[in-house]
Amino acid sequence: MKVEDFFEETLIALSSNRVRSGLTMLGIVIGISSVIVMVAIGQGAQSSIQSSIESIGSNLVQVMPGAKRSFGGGVSSGRGTAQSLTLDDADEIAANIEFVNAVAPEVSSRYQVTTKGANTNTSVVGVTEAYPNVRNVSVELGVFISDQQSKSLAKVAVVGSAVRDDLFGENGEAVGKIIRINGIQFTVVGVTEEKGGSGFGSQDDMVYIPISTAQKYLTGNEYITTISVQGVDSDSMTELQDSITNLLLERHNISDVSLADFNILNQADIVETASSVTGTFTTLLAAVAGISLFVGGIGIMNMMLTSITERTKEIGLRKAIGAKRSEINTQFLMEAVVLTLVGGVVGIILGVCVSFMLSIFGVIQTSISIPSIVLAFVVSVVIGIIFGYYPAKRAASLDPIIALRYE
Amino acid sequence: MIELSDVTKTYKTGAGSFQALRGVSFRIEDGEFVAIMGPSGSGKSTLMHILGALDTPTSGKYFLNGKDVSTLCEDELVDIRLGQIGFVFQSFNLLPRATVLRNVMLPLIYKSVEKSEREARAKVSLESVGLYEEHYHHLSNQLSGGQIQRVAIARALVNDPSLILADEPTGNLDTKTSEIVLGAFQRLNQEQGRTIILITHEKDVAEHSDRIIHFKDGMVVSDTKNQKNLH
Ligand SMILES: Nc1ncnc2c1ncn2[C@@H]1O[C@H](COP(=O)(O)OP(=O)(O)OP(=O)(O)O)[C@@H](O)[C@H]1O
Ligand SMILES: [Mg+2]
Repeated sequence: MKVEDFFEETLIALSSNRVRSGLTMLGIVIGISSVIVMVAIGQGAQSSIQSSIESIGSNLVQVMPGAKRSFGGGVSSGRGTAQSLTLDDADEIAANIEFVNAVAPEVSSRYQVTTKGANTNTSVVGVTEAYPNVRNVSVELGVFISDQQSKSLAKVAVVGSAVRDDLFGENGEAVGKIIRINGIQFTVVGVTEEKGGSGFGSQDDMVYIPISTAQKYLTGNEYITTISVQGVDSDSMTELQDSITNLLLERHNISDVSLADFNILNQADIVETASSVTGTFTTLLAAVAGISLFVGGIGIMNMMLTSITERTKEIGLRKAIGAKRSEINTQFLMEAVVLTLVGGVVGIILGVCVSFMLSIFGVIQTSISIPSIVLAFVVSVVIGIIFGYYPAKRAASLDPIIALRYE
Repeated sequence: MIELSDVTKTYKTGAGSFQALRGVSFRIEDGEFVAIMGPSGSGKSTLMHILGALDTPTSGKYFLNGKDVSTLCEDELVDIRLGQIGFVFQSFNLLPRATVLRNVMLPLIYKSVEKSEREARAKVSLESVGLYEEHYHHLSNQLSGGQIQRVAIARALVNDPSLILADEPTGNLDTKTSEIVLGAFQRLNQEQGRTIILITHEKDVAEHSDRIIHFKDGMVVSDTKNQKNLH
């Protein structure tokens, strides 16, 4: 029997019971499209988390004060509250370590920031000139903090776009105005460009001032809260992290790494952790959708078995007039595969459309990947083969005489 | 030429076994028109299935044109059926979802014959049983009983078999329609020299043949030339 004849027989068989074929296919359509949509949602989440992590700067290692451990017990204070890092640490890292592109120390804390008539509680970050480059911040209006201003303890500030909106009204004029941080007067010299993202830690919701000004007038001590180190490239990040650790251990006279009074976070690690979380999330969604695909497959098998029972005589007649066992087998397998294949293609189209709609109407961010489409396509064929295999085998093994005598 | 020697067929049933054929032996020469008669349950269809290479005997030998068919496997039997035998069944002869033309072409489809050739052959075959263009695209539920049986005969003819087997082809037909169907068989026998074996309950139908084999309880009880038809 020729391939095109197999197709023709399949078409005749499926189109002669359109409603049943259609309903069975619907199971596959729903299964495949929900897998596509769920994976698109998962990957959308993954890419948006990833891009927001990367927006805080590239090839970044962050050093933060660690919990101070005292011998003989005692309660350790939480991470970041300890005071162990100084500007000298930052300078030493910049001076002595290979693979370093730039070092940006910061002192940050929350303060009440006021103008005449408005006030907000926000993060005030003491920074150096290197900060915008390392942390991926750019200035929209005016200028950023310079090292000169840091040396001269200038009371100047650069505000984030959200802070500007809070204090001076939406897109209000800010450069040149006076603000008060913790009661001390600062002159606004610049506004940073909006980066998007919201909530705690958004770089739009910050006020930048020179680091030494922050130490002298706000914190009143020599400690800093974070050292952001930018590596030269992503390959050397682990080495960079190790050399910073060794340098600081030596400077702080600590011999045991487990007793270190600082923590180092590698951006690559954060990305990895986040993507493993979203990966699990994606797998979970896909698994739920996969169950509906499986149910669709069972629907195919059920329909095939019903159809074979109904067509027992037909199968007997076909065998009696010259169909080989393998031809009957192929024919029924093909019916199942064509059903799942067509269902799969419709499901893919539907899934892609739904995913786009979700993105376009802003319901949730989705990202469709070609591999997931190819996979869905392959899976639909495989489902046809798996769930069509047993019914086809059963049809092929019918004895023509018994089938013809069958009432 | 057909040669059966001591053929038996035993069916396994729930309780034990049932012997449907108990040692059948006969010879049928090429070009004969044979009628097989006998009461219901006497094993006629069982015999026909063996003759038609649909089934193999439990014991005994069956030679078709000199080849031993009794020991062949499933796929080899299919080739014998496709190559040498045309079958008209007792009931359920046509695929309900396929047109008349496709039903007749079916053996050729399984034989992988080219589309244009098989269509031409199917049309010749249909014309030889008196069915024309206007019926080609009907489904079986749009045909009369006599037309259905004639389509079945056309299909049995389409692969140009030397042996045509028909299991009560006129069972459900009125006298007039039976005559048309039997006429088709007679022409095939007389004009084209094909061997025809036909099962029937009816004396009138058997009268069209030139040899009548009587069956009872799985055995041949009489085998007589039909004098009236001998030429
Ligand atoms: N698959 C089977 N299993 C068990 N017994 C069977 C089977 N097929 C046929 N038989 C038995 O074999 C016997 C012969 O059956 P067969 O169909 O050959 O009769 P028949 O002569 O064609 O009858 P009819 O004229 O009614 O068609 C019957 O008694 C039947 O019950
Ligand atoms: Mg019978």
